[in-house]
Amino acid sequence: MEKLTFERPVIQKINAGLPSKFGISSRMEPITDIEGIPVRRLIEEFGSPVFVFSEATIRKTYKEAWRAFSTRYPRVQFAWSYKTNYLNSICRVFHQEGSWAEVVSGFEYDKAITNGVPGEQIIFNGPDKSRDDLAKAIANGSLIHIDHFDELYEIIDLCGTSVKRPKVAIRVNMDTGIYPQWDRFGFNYENGEAWDALNRIMVSGKMDLLGLHAHIGTYMMQTGSYHIAADKLAALAVGLERKYNHVISYIDMGGGFASKNTLKGAYYPGSDTTPSFDDYAEAITSSLMKSEIKPENLPMLILENGRALIDDAGYLAGTVIANKRLADGRRATIIDAGVNLLFTSFWYEHDLRPAVNVSDQTEDTTIYGPLCMNIDVIRGSIQFPLLKKGDQYVIRRVGAYNNTQWLQFITLRPNVVMIDITGTPHIIRHGETLNTINDLESVPEHLESTDNGTTQRTK
Amino acid sequence: MNIRNNIAISESGFVFDPSTGDSFSLNPVGLEILLLIKQGNTSEQISDLITSRYQVEKSVFERYYFDFTSMLKQYHLLVDNE
Ligand SMILES: Cc1ncc(COP(=O)(O)O)c(C=O)c1O
Repeated sequence: MEKLTFERPVIQKINAGLPSKFGISSRMEPITDIEGIPVRRLIEEFGSPVFVFSEATIRKTYKEAWRAFSTRYPRVQFAWSYKTNYLNSICRVFHQEGSWAEVVSGFEYDKAITNGVPGEQIIFNGPDKSRDDLAKAIANGSLIHIDHFDELYEIIDLCGTSVKRPKVAIRVNMDTGIYPQWDRFGFNYENGEAWDALNRIMVSGKMDLLGLHAHIGTYMMQTGSYHIAADKLAALAVGLERKYNHVISYIDMGGGFASKNTLKGAYYPGSDTTPSFDDYAEAITSSLMKSEIKPENLPMLILENGRALIDDAGYLAGTVIANKRLADGRRATIIDAGVNLLFTSFWYEHDLRPAVNVSDQTEDTTIYGPLCMNIDVIRGSIQFPLLKKGDQYVIRRVGAYNNTQWLQFITLRPNVVMIDITGTPHIIRHGETLNTINDLESVPEHLESTDNGTTQRTK
Repeated sequence: MNIRNNIAISESGFVFDPSTGDSFSLNPVGLEILLLIKQGNTSEQISDLITSRYQVEKSVFERYYFDFTSMLKQYHLLVDNE
Protein backbone atom coordinates (compact mmCIF):
# COMPACT_ATOMS: atom_id res chain seq x y z
CA MET A 1 0.00 0.00 0.00
CA GLU A 2 1.22 3.50 -0.94
CA LYS A 3 2.09 5.48 2.19
CA LEU A 4 0.61 8.93 2.69
CA THR A 5 2.73 12.08 2.60
CA PHE A 6 3.64 13.15 6.07
CA GLU A 7 3.19 16.67 7.36
CA ARG A 8 4.51 17.48 10.81
CA PRO A 9 1.81 17.71 13.51
CA VAL A 10 0.93 21.26 14.50
CA ILE A 11 -1.34 22.85 17.06
CA GLN A 12 -2.00 26.56 17.03
CA LYS A 13 -3.80 28.73 19.48
CA ILE A 14 -6.66 30.73 18.00
CA ASN A 15 -6.80 34.32 19.17
CA ALA A 16 -10.46 35.12 18.66
CA GLY A 17 -11.17 38.74 17.80
CA LEU A 18 -7.50 39.43 17.29
CA PRO A 19 -6.77 39.50 13.58
CA SER A 20 -3.15 39.24 12.58
CA LYS A 21 -1.27 42.47 13.10
CA PHE A 22 -1.96 43.90 9.68
CA GLY A 23 -5.45 42.52 9.29
CA ILE A 24 -4.16 40.47 6.39
CA SER A 25 -3.52 36.79 6.04
CA SER A 26 -0.24 35.67 7.49
CA ARG A 27 0.28 33.17 4.73
CA MET A 28 3.78 33.57 3.51
CA GLU A 29 4.62 33.29 -0.17
CA PRO A 30 7.91 31.50 -0.61
CA ILE A 31 10.66 32.96 -2.81
CA THR A 32 11.74 29.92 -4.77
CA ASP A 33 13.86 31.73 -7.32
CA ILE A 34 15.63 35.00 -7.96
CA GLU A 35 15.55 36.40 -11.50
CA GLY A 36 14.53 32.97 -12.74
CA ILE A 37 17.31 31.03 -11.02
CA PRO A 38 16.15 28.56 -8.35
CA VAL A 39 17.46 29.52 -4.92
CA ARG A 40 18.50 25.90 -4.48
CA ARG A 41 20.78 26.16 -7.52
CA LEU A 42 22.28 29.48 -6.39
CA ILE A 43 23.18 27.94 -3.05
CA GLU A 44 24.55 24.76 -4.63
CA GLU A 45 26.75 26.78 -6.91
CA PHE A 46 27.79 29.70 -4.70
CA GLY A 47 27.46 28.37 -1.16
CA SER A 48 25.28 29.23 1.78
CA PRO A 49 24.64 31.93 2.79
CA VAL A 50 25.05 34.05 -0.33
CA PHE A 51 24.16 37.63 -1.23
CA VAL A 52 22.41 37.86 -4.59
CA PHE A 53 21.84 41.08 -6.55
CA SER A 54 19.53 41.58 -9.49
CA GLU A 55 21.05 43.90 -12.06
CA ALA A 56 17.66 44.24 -13.71
CA THR A 57 16.11 45.49 -10.47
CA ILE A 58 18.88 48.06 -9.96
CA ARG A 59 18.35 49.43 -13.45
CA LYS A 60 14.59 49.41 -13.15
CA THR A 61 14.63 51.19 -9.79
CA TYR A 62 17.08 53.78 -11.05
CA LYS A 63 14.95 54.43 -14.13
CA GLU A 64 11.86 54.89 -11.97
CA ALA A 65 13.61 57.46 -9.78
CA TRP A 66 15.04 59.19 -12.84
CA ARG A 67 11.63 59.37 -14.49
CA ALA A 68 9.98 60.79 -11.35
CA PHE A 69 12.45 63.69 -11.20
CA SER A 70 13.27 64.32 -14.86
CA THR A 71 9.61 64.63 -15.84
CA ARG A 72 9.19 67.40 -13.25
CA TYR A 73 12.44 69.31 -13.46
CA PRO A 74 14.68 70.28 -16.38
CA ARG A 75 18.12 69.28 -15.05
CA VAL A 76 18.52 66.27 -12.80
CA GLN A 77 21.64 64.36 -11.82
CA PHE A 78 21.94 61.35 -9.51
CA ALA A 79 25.19 60.63 -7.65
CA TRP A 80 25.56 57.10 -6.32
CA SER A 81 26.12 57.05 -2.55
CA TYR A 82 29.17 54.81 -2.26
CA LYS A 83 28.77 54.02 1.43
CA THR A 84 25.41 52.41 0.74
CA ASN A 85 27.03 49.72 -1.38
CA TYR A 86 30.47 50.18 -2.88
CA LEU A 87 30.92 46.79 -4.52
CA ASN A 88 32.45 47.88 -7.82
CA SER A 89 29.95 46.03 -10.00
CA ILE A 90 27.03 47.69 -8.21
CA CYS A 91 28.63 51.14 -8.56
CA ARG A 92 29.32 50.50 -12.24
CA VAL A 93 25.70 49.66 -12.97
CA PHE A 94 24.72 53.03 -11.48
CA HIS A 95 27.49 54.81 -13.38
CA GLN A 96 26.36 53.16 -16.63
CA GLU A 97 22.88 54.46 -15.92
CA GLY A 98 24.35 57.96 -15.66
CA SER A 99 25.02 58.39 -11.93
CA TRP A 100 27.96 60.37 -10.67
CA ALA A 101 29.68 59.24 -7.46
CA GLU A 102 29.08 60.55 -3.95
CA VAL A 103 31.89 59.62 -1.55
CA VAL A 104 32.74 60.37 2.08
CA SER A 105 36.34 59.22 2.49
CA GLY A 106 39.64 59.03 0.65
CA PHE A 107 39.09 55.29 0.27
CA GLU A 108 35.69 55.76 -1.38
CA TYR A 109 37.11 58.56 -3.53
CA ASP A 110 39.83 56.25 -4.86
CA LYS A 111 37.26 53.54 -5.48
CA ALA A 112 35.22 55.93 -7.60
CA ILE A 113 38.33 56.84 -9.61
CA THR A 114 39.13 53.16 -10.22
CA ASN A 115 35.54 52.70 -11.36
CA GLY A 116 36.30 55.23 -14.08
CA VAL A 117 34.31 58.15 -12.72
CA PRO A 118 35.81 61.44 -13.99
CA GLY A 119 37.05 63.68 -11.17
CA GLU A 120 34.50 66.39 -12.00
CA GLN A 121 31.71 63.88 -11.42
CA ILE A 122 32.74 62.96 -7.89
CA ILE A 123 31.02 64.68 -4.98
CA PHE A 124 33.22 64.59 -1.90
CA ASN A 125 31.11 64.78 1.27
CA GLY A 126 31.68 64.13 4.93
CA PRO A 127 33.60 65.54 7.86
CA ASP A 128 36.78 63.50 7.31
CA LYS A 129 38.80 64.68 4.32
CA SER A 130 42.55 64.74 4.90
CA ARG A 131 44.72 67.50 3.47
CA ASP A 132 45.97 65.03 0.86
CA ASP A 133 42.41 64.04 -0.01
CA LEU A 134 41.48 67.69 -0.47
CA ALA A 135 44.55 68.40 -2.61
CA LYS A 136 43.70 65.43 -4.84
CA ALA A 137 40.05 66.49 -5.13
CA ILE A 138 41.09 70.03 -6.08
CA ALA A 139 43.54 68.76 -8.69
CA ASN A 140 40.86 66.51 -10.19
CA GLY A 141 38.21 69.24 -10.24
CA SER A 142 35.91 67.27 -7.92
CA LEU A 143 33.03 68.87 -6.06
CA ILE A 144 34.07 69.39 -2.45
CA HIS A 145 31.16 69.76 -0.06
CA ILE A 146 32.55 71.62 2.92
CA ASP A 147 31.40 70.28 6.27
CA HIS A 148 32.98 72.63 8.84
CA PHE A 149 35.09 75.78 9.22
CA ASP A 150 38.33 73.87 9.83
CA GLU A 151 37.92 72.29 6.43
CA LEU A 152 37.07 75.63 4.85
CA TYR A 153 40.30 77.15 6.20
CA GLU A 154 42.30 74.14 5.10
CA ILE A 155 40.99 74.62 1.56
CA ILE A 156 41.78 78.35 1.65
CA ASP A 157 45.26 77.40 2.77
CA LEU A 158 45.63 74.85 -0.04
CA CYS A 159 44.66 77.55 -2.55
CA GLY A 160 48.10 79.04 -1.94
CA THR A 161 49.84 76.01 -3.47
CA SER A 162 47.25 74.78 -5.93
CA VAL A 163 47.09 75.93 -9.52
CA LYS A 164 43.45 74.98 -9.81
CA ARG A 165 40.61 76.81 -8.11
CA PRO A 166 38.72 74.48 -5.76
CA LYS A 167 35.12 73.76 -6.75
CA VAL A 168 33.07 73.81 -3.59
CA ALA A 169 29.63 73.67 -2.08
CA ILE A 170 28.60 73.87 1.55
CA ARG A 171 26.59 71.31 3.41
CA VAL A 172 23.73 72.96 5.26
CA ASN A 173 21.81 71.49 8.18
CA MET A 174 18.45 72.87 9.18
CA ASP A 175 15.15 72.42 10.92
CA THR A 176 12.83 70.60 8.54
CA GLY A 177 10.31 69.66 11.17
CA ILE A 178 11.78 66.24 11.85
CA TYR A 179 13.04 65.09 15.18
CA PRO A 180 15.83 64.53 16.03
CA GLN A 181 17.27 67.19 13.78
CA TRP A 182 20.56 66.23 12.12
CA ASP A 183 22.82 69.11 13.09
CA ARG A 184 26.23 67.51 13.27
CA PHE A 185 27.04 67.78 9.58
CA GLY A 186 27.57 71.05 7.77
CA PHE A 187 26.62 74.58 8.71
CA ASN A 188 23.37 75.50 10.39
CA TYR A 189 20.77 77.47 8.46
CA GLU A 190 18.69 78.94 11.25
CA ASN A 191 21.53 80.36 13.36
CA GLY A 192 23.24 82.07 10.42
CA GLU A 193 26.27 79.80 10.30
CA ALA A 194 25.54 78.80 6.71
CA TRP A 195 25.66 82.45 5.68
CA ASP A 196 28.93 82.92 7.60
CA ALA A 197 30.44 80.11 5.58
CA LEU A 198 29.08 81.45 2.28
CA ASN A 199 30.37 84.94 3.05
CA ARG A 200 33.83 83.63 3.80
CA ILE A 201 33.95 81.63 0.59
CA MET A 202 32.75 84.55 -1.52
CA VAL A 203 35.01 87.08 0.18
CA SER A 204 38.07 84.84 -0.12
CA GLY A 205 37.69 84.98 -3.90
CA LYS A 206 39.78 81.83 -4.16
CA MET A 207 37.15 79.17 -4.79
CA ASP A 208 34.31 78.51 -7.18
CA LEU A 209 31.15 78.18 -5.14
CA LEU A 210 29.12 75.83 -7.31
CA GLY A 211 26.46 74.38 -5.07
CA LEU A 212 24.41 74.06 -1.91
CA HIS A 213 23.92 70.71 -0.26
CA ALA A 214 21.68 69.21 2.40
CA HIS A 215 21.13 65.61 3.51
CA ILE A 216 18.38 65.91 6.08
CA GLY A 217 18.33 62.36 7.38
CA THR A 218 17.87 58.78 6.33
CA TYR A 219 14.71 56.69 5.90
CA MET A 220 12.69 59.92 5.82
CA MET A 221 8.98 59.20 5.62
CA GLN A 222 7.84 62.83 5.53
CA THR A 223 8.14 64.25 2.04
CA GLY A 224 7.19 67.64 3.53
CA SER A 225 10.64 67.84 5.13
CA TYR A 226 12.22 67.79 1.68
CA HIS A 227 9.97 70.61 0.61
CA ILE A 228 11.14 72.68 3.59
CA ALA A 229 14.79 71.81 2.94
CA ALA A 230 14.51 72.78 -0.74
CA ASP A 231 12.82 76.07 0.25
CA LYS A 232 15.73 76.90 2.54
CA LEU A 233 18.46 76.02 0.04
CA ALA A 234 16.60 78.02 -2.61
CA ALA A 235 16.49 80.99 -0.23
CA LEU A 236 20.27 80.79 0.14
CA ALA A 237 20.67 80.66 -3.64
CA VAL A 238 18.45 83.71 -4.06
CA GLY A 239 20.42 85.54 -1.34
CA LEU A 240 23.73 84.75 -3.06
CA GLU A 241 22.47 86.19 -6.30
CA ARG A 242 21.20 89.35 -4.57
CA LYS A 243 24.27 89.94 -2.48
CA TYR A 244 27.09 88.79 -4.76
CA ASN A 245 25.38 88.53 -8.11
CA HIS A 246 26.55 84.91 -7.94
CA VAL A 247 24.52 82.15 -9.55
CA ILE A 248 25.07 78.66 -8.24
CA SER A 249 25.14 75.67 -10.59
CA TYR A 250 23.43 73.07 -8.47
CA ILE A 251 21.34 72.25 -5.43
CA ASP A 252 22.08 68.83 -3.95
CA MET A 253 19.23 67.44 -1.85
CA GLY A 254 21.20 64.46 -0.53
CA GLY A 255 19.58 61.07 -0.08
CA GLY A 256 17.39 59.66 2.63
CA PHE A 257 14.31 58.42 0.80
CA ALA A 258 12.86 55.42 2.64
CA SER A 259 13.10 51.99 1.06
CA LYS A 260 10.21 49.55 1.29
CA ASN A 261 11.70 47.79 4.29
CA THR A 262 9.71 47.89 7.53
CA LEU A 263 11.30 49.77 10.39
CA LYS A 264 11.31 48.04 13.78
CA GLY A 265 8.30 49.06 15.79
CA ALA A 266 6.39 50.27 12.71
CA TYR A 267 2.73 49.29 12.78
CA TYR A 268 2.28 48.89 9.02
CA PRO A 269 4.70 47.23 6.62
CA GLY A 270 7.03 49.61 4.80
CA SER A 271 5.72 48.38 1.45
CA ASP A 272 2.38 50.05 2.34
CA THR A 273 3.70 53.27 3.85
CA THR A 274 6.85 54.29 2.01
CA PRO A 275 6.34 57.38 -0.19
CA SER A 276 6.99 56.83 -3.89
CA PHE A 277 9.75 58.51 -5.92
CA ASP A 278 6.97 60.64 -7.39
CA ASP A 279 5.96 61.85 -3.92
CA TYR A 280 9.51 62.86 -3.04
CA ALA A 281 10.10 64.38 -6.47
CA GLU A 282 6.93 66.44 -6.22
CA ALA A 283 7.91 67.81 -2.79
CA ILE A 284 11.38 68.85 -3.94
CA THR A 285 10.76 70.10 -7.45
CA SER A 286 7.60 72.03 -6.57
CA SER A 287 9.62 73.96 -4.00
CA LEU A 288 12.41 74.79 -6.44
CA MET A 289 10.02 75.77 -9.23
CA LYS A 290 8.04 78.03 -6.87
CA SER A 291 11.12 79.67 -5.42
CA GLU A 292 12.36 83.12 -6.41
CA ILE A 293 15.24 81.62 -8.35
CA LYS A 294 15.00 83.06 -11.88
CA PRO A 295 13.89 80.43 -14.39
CA GLU A 296 17.03 80.92 -16.51
CA ASN A 297 19.13 80.31 -13.38
CA LEU A 298 17.41 77.16 -12.17
CA PRO A 299 20.23 75.07 -10.74
CA MET A 300 20.86 71.43 -11.60
CA LEU A 301 19.14 69.21 -9.03
CA ILE A 302 21.46 66.55 -7.61
CA LEU A 303 20.20 63.54 -5.63
CA GLU A 304 22.36 61.16 -3.62
CA ASN A 305 19.91 58.42 -2.77
CA GLY A 306 21.29 55.16 -1.48
CA ARG A 307 18.89 52.77 0.21
CA ALA A 308 15.86 53.62 -1.92
CA LEU A 309 17.80 52.71 -5.07
CA ILE A 310 19.48 49.48 -4.00
CA ASP A 311 17.59 47.81 -1.14
CA ASP A 312 15.12 45.99 -3.42
CA ALA A 313 17.83 44.57 -5.67
CA GLY A 314 19.62 42.65 -2.90
CA TYR A 315 18.72 39.25 -1.43
CA LEU A 316 20.39 37.08 1.15
CA ALA A 317 19.78 33.36 0.63
CA GLY A 318 20.80 30.66 3.06
CA THR A 319 19.98 27.52 4.98
CA VAL A 320 18.25 26.60 8.23
CA ILE A 321 20.70 25.13 10.76
CA ALA A 322 18.32 23.95 13.47
CA ASN A 323 15.06 24.44 15.30
CA LYS A 324 14.50 24.57 19.01
CA ARG A 325 11.91 25.52 21.59
CA LEU A 326 12.53 28.43 23.92
CA ALA A 327 11.69 28.20 27.61
CA ASP A 328 8.29 29.84 27.05
CA GLY A 329 7.37 27.33 24.33
CA ARG A 330 8.03 29.69 21.46
CA ARG A 331 9.77 28.23 18.48
CA ALA A 332 13.26 29.35 17.53
CA THR A 333 14.84 28.77 14.14
CA ILE A 334 18.58 29.18 13.68
CA ILE A 335 19.73 30.26 10.23
CA ASP A 336 23.22 30.48 8.79
CA ALA A 337 23.33 34.28 8.42
CA GLY A 338 23.67 36.48 11.47
CA VAL A 339 23.80 40.16 12.32
CA ASN A 340 27.46 40.14 11.26
CA LEU A 341 26.24 39.86 7.65
CA LEU A 342 22.88 41.53 8.06
CA PHE A 343 23.71 44.64 9.99
CA THR A 344 20.39 46.18 8.99
CA SER A 345 18.48 43.68 11.13
CA PHE A 346 19.22 46.07 14.01
CA TRP A 347 16.75 48.54 12.53
CA TYR A 348 14.56 46.62 10.06
CA GLU A 349 12.01 43.84 10.48
CA HIS A 350 13.46 42.05 7.48
CA ASP A 351 11.18 40.23 5.08
CA LEU A 352 12.27 36.64 5.56
CA ARG A 353 10.69 33.97 3.36
CA PRO A 354 11.03 30.25 2.90
CA ALA A 355 12.67 29.24 -0.38
CA VAL A 356 10.62 26.06 -0.55
CA ASN A 357 6.90 25.50 -0.86
CA VAL A 358 5.73 24.78 2.66
CA SER A 359 2.38 24.27 4.30
CA ASP A 360 0.17 27.16 5.36
CA GLN A 361 0.88 26.45 9.01
CA THR A 362 2.87 29.19 10.66
CA GLU A 363 4.04 29.64 14.20
CA ASP A 364 5.32 32.57 16.22
CA THR A 365 9.04 32.12 15.73
CA THR A 366 12.24 33.86 16.74
CA ILE A 367 14.91 33.76 14.04
CA TYR A 368 18.47 33.58 15.33
CA GLY A 369 21.70 33.85 13.40
CA PRO A 370 24.51 31.32 13.91
CA LEU A 371 26.76 33.46 16.10
CA CYS A 372 27.46 32.47 19.64
CA MET A 373 26.20 35.86 20.82
CA ASN A 374 22.95 36.82 22.47
CA ILE A 375 22.45 39.85 20.21
CA ASP A 376 22.36 37.69 17.10
CA VAL A 377 18.64 37.99 16.39
CA ILE A 378 17.44 38.38 12.82
CA ARG A 379 13.72 38.58 13.71
CA GLY A 380 12.46 38.79 17.28
CA SER A 381 9.03 37.50 16.40
CA ILE A 382 7.65 36.46 13.04
CA GLN A 383 4.76 34.24 12.00
CA PHE A 384 6.88 31.77 10.13
CA PRO A 385 6.24 28.40 8.50
CA LEU A 386 7.91 25.34 9.89
CA LEU A 387 11.19 25.00 8.11
CA LYS A 388 13.41 22.02 8.89
CA LYS A 389 17.15 21.79 9.14
CA GLY A 390 18.54 22.07 5.63
CA ASP A 391 15.56 23.98 4.21
CA GLN A 392 16.48 27.22 2.49
CA TYR A 393 15.30 30.76 3.08
CA VAL A 394 15.57 34.14 1.37
CA ILE A 395 15.70 37.57 3.00
CA ARG A 396 14.47 40.34 0.75
CA ARG A 397 15.61 43.95 0.42
CA VAL A 398 19.07 43.72 1.87
CA GLY A 399 20.92 45.68 -0.83
CA ALA A 400 21.68 48.79 1.22
CA TYR A 401 24.43 49.12 3.83
CA ASN A 402 24.98 45.40 4.46
CA ASN A 403 27.87 44.88 2.05
CA THR A 404 29.56 47.94 3.51
CA GLN A 405 28.80 47.55 7.21
CA TRP A 406 29.10 43.76 7.48
CA LEU A 407 31.62 42.45 9.95
CA GLN A 408 34.15 39.71 9.66
CA PHE A 409 33.13 38.29 13.01
CA ILE A 410 33.22 34.63 14.02
CA THR A 411 32.60 33.55 10.43
CA LEU A 412 33.84 34.65 7.03
CA ARG A 413 31.92 36.87 4.66
CA PRO A 414 30.33 34.86 1.85
CA ASN A 415 30.16 35.19 -1.92
CA VAL A 416 28.22 38.05 -3.43
CA VAL A 417 26.61 37.24 -6.77
CA MET A 418 25.02 39.49 -9.35
CA ILE A 419 22.51 38.10 -11.84
CA ASP A 420 22.90 40.09 -15.02
CA ILE A 421 20.05 41.16 -17.28
CA THR A 422 20.33 37.97 -19.35
CA GLY A 423 19.89 35.90 -16.20
CA THR A 424 23.51 34.82 -15.85
CA PRO A 425 24.98 34.86 -12.34
CA HIS A 426 28.47 36.28 -11.71
CA ILE A 427 30.47 36.35 -8.50
CA ILE A 428 31.13 40.05 -7.83
CA ARG A 429 32.89 39.54 -4.51
CA HIS A 430 34.51 36.28 -3.53
CA GLY A 431 33.78 34.68 -0.22
CA GLU A 432 36.57 35.21 2.26
CA THR A 433 38.89 32.36 3.18
CA LEU A 434 41.12 31.84 6.18
CA ASN A 435 43.96 33.25 4.07
CA THR A 436 42.08 36.48 3.36
CA ILE A 437 42.18 37.16 7.06
CA ASN A 438 45.53 35.61 7.97
CA ASP A 439 47.35 37.36 5.13
CA LEU A 440 46.83 40.70 6.88
CA GLU A 441 48.38 39.48 10.09
CA SER A 442 52.01 39.15 11.01
CA VAL A 443 53.45 37.28 13.94
CA PRO A 444 56.57 38.49 15.76
CA GLU A 445 59.52 36.11 15.56
CA HIS A 446 59.28 34.91 19.14
CA LEU A 447 55.73 33.69 18.47
CA GLU A 448 56.47 32.09 15.13
CA SER A 449 56.94 28.54 16.34
CA THR A 450 53.63 26.78 16.68
CA ASP A 451 55.29 23.98 18.60
CA ASN A 452 54.25 25.56 21.86
CA GLY A 453 52.80 22.62 23.69
CA THR A 454 53.97 21.25 26.98
CA THR A 455 57.60 20.73 25.79
CA GLN A 456 58.56 24.36 26.34
CA ARG A 457 56.83 24.78 29.63
CA THR A 458 58.30 21.68 31.24
CA LYS A 459 61.84 22.61 30.19
CA MET B 1 0.42 11.07 29.59
CA ASN B 2 -3.09 11.88 28.53
CA ILE B 3 -5.32 14.64 27.27
CA ARG B 4 -7.17 16.44 30.05
CA ASN B 5 -10.62 14.89 29.98
CA ASN B 6 -12.71 18.06 29.78
CA ILE B 7 -11.05 19.08 26.50
CA ALA B 8 -13.43 19.10 23.51
CA ILE B 9 -12.03 17.89 20.18
CA SER B 10 -14.02 18.32 16.95
CA GLU B 11 -13.66 16.19 13.84
CA SER B 12 -12.29 19.12 11.90
CA GLY B 13 -9.35 19.61 14.25
CA PHE B 14 -10.85 22.31 16.43
CA VAL B 15 -9.99 22.05 20.14
CA PHE B 16 -11.69 23.90 22.98
CA ASP B 17 -10.53 24.12 26.58
CA PRO B 18 -13.59 25.03 28.71
CA SER B 19 -11.51 25.79 31.79
CA THR B 20 -9.69 28.68 30.10
CA GLY B 21 -11.88 29.47 27.09
CA ASP B 22 -8.87 28.95 24.81
CA SER B 23 -9.36 27.35 21.43
CA PHE B 24 -6.84 25.77 19.12
CA SER B 25 -6.62 24.42 15.61
CA LEU B 26 -4.84 21.26 14.56
CA ASN B 27 -3.67 20.10 11.18
CA PRO B 28 -4.85 16.58 10.16
CA VAL B 29 -1.76 14.76 11.44
CA GLY B 30 -1.96 16.75 14.66
CA LEU B 31 -5.60 15.74 15.10
CA GLU B 32 -4.82 12.10 14.42
CA ILE B 33 -2.08 12.06 17.03
CA LEU B 34 -4.19 13.90 19.60
CA LEU B 35 -6.92 11.28 19.19
CA LEU B 36 -4.39 8.45 19.48
CA ILE B 37 -3.14 9.94 22.76
CA LYS B 38 -6.71 10.31 23.98
CA GLN B 39 -7.40 6.65 23.22
CA GLY B 40 -4.53 5.79 25.58
CA ASN B 41 -1.85 4.75 23.09
CA THR B 42 1.75 4.96 24.26
CA SER B 43 4.36 6.99 22.41
CA GLU B 44 5.81 3.78 20.87
CA GLN B 45 2.41 2.66 19.64
CA ILE B 46 1.73 6.06 18.12
CA SER B 47 5.12 6.10 16.42
CA ASP B 48 4.49 2.61 14.96
CA LEU B 49 1.02 3.53 13.74
CA ILE B 50 2.01 6.81 12.11
CA THR B 51 5.19 5.56 10.48
CA SER B 52 3.30 2.61 8.99
CA ARG B 53 0.67 4.91 7.50
CA TYR B 54 2.86 7.84 6.40
CA GLN B 55 6.10 8.30 4.50
CA VAL B 56 8.28 9.25 7.43
CA GLU B 57 11.29 7.78 9.21
CA LYS B 58 10.83 6.84 12.82
CA SER B 59 13.68 9.08 14.00
CA VAL B 60 12.27 12.04 12.10
CA PHE B 61 8.77 11.42 13.36
CA GLU B 62 9.88 11.19 16.94
CA ARG B 63 11.50 14.62 16.82
CA TYR B 64 8.30 16.17 15.56
CA TYR B 65 6.25 14.13 18.00
CA PHE B 66 8.14 15.38 21.06
CA ASP B 67 8.00 18.92 19.77
CA PHE B 68 4.24 18.53 19.32
CA THR B 69 3.61 17.04 22.76
CA SER B 70 5.73 19.77 24.35
CA MET B 71 3.37 22.29 22.75
CA LEU B 72 0.37 20.37 24.11
CA LYS B 73 1.89 20.60 27.58
CA GLN B 74 2.65 24.26 27.03
CA TYR B 75 -1.03 24.81 26.30
CA HIS B 76 -2.05 22.71 29.34
CA LEU B 77 -3.93 20.21 27.20
CA LEU B 78 -1.79 17.29 28.21
CA VAL B 79 -1.22 15.95 31.72
CA ASP B 80 1.54 13.55 32.77
CA ASN B 81 -0.03 10.56 34.44
CA GLU B 82 2.03 7.67 33.18
C1 LIG C 1 25.71 62.87 2.49
C2 LIG C 1 24.93 61.65 2.24
N1 LIG C 1 24.30 61.49 1.05
C3 LIG C 1 23.58 60.39 0.78
C4 LIG C 1 23.42 59.36 1.69
C5 LIG C 1 22.57 58.17 1.34
O1 LIG C 1 21.50 58.07 2.19
P1 LIG C 1 20.25 57.10 1.96
O2 LIG C 1 20.79 55.71 1.82
O3 LIG C 1 19.44 57.28 3.18
O4 LIG C 1 19.56 57.55 0.72
C6 LIG C 1 24.04 59.49 2.94
C7 LIG C 1 23.88 58.42 3.95
O5 LIG C 1 23.99 58.55 5.11
C8 LIG C 1 24.80 60.66 3.22
O6 LIG C 1 25.41 60.82 4.41
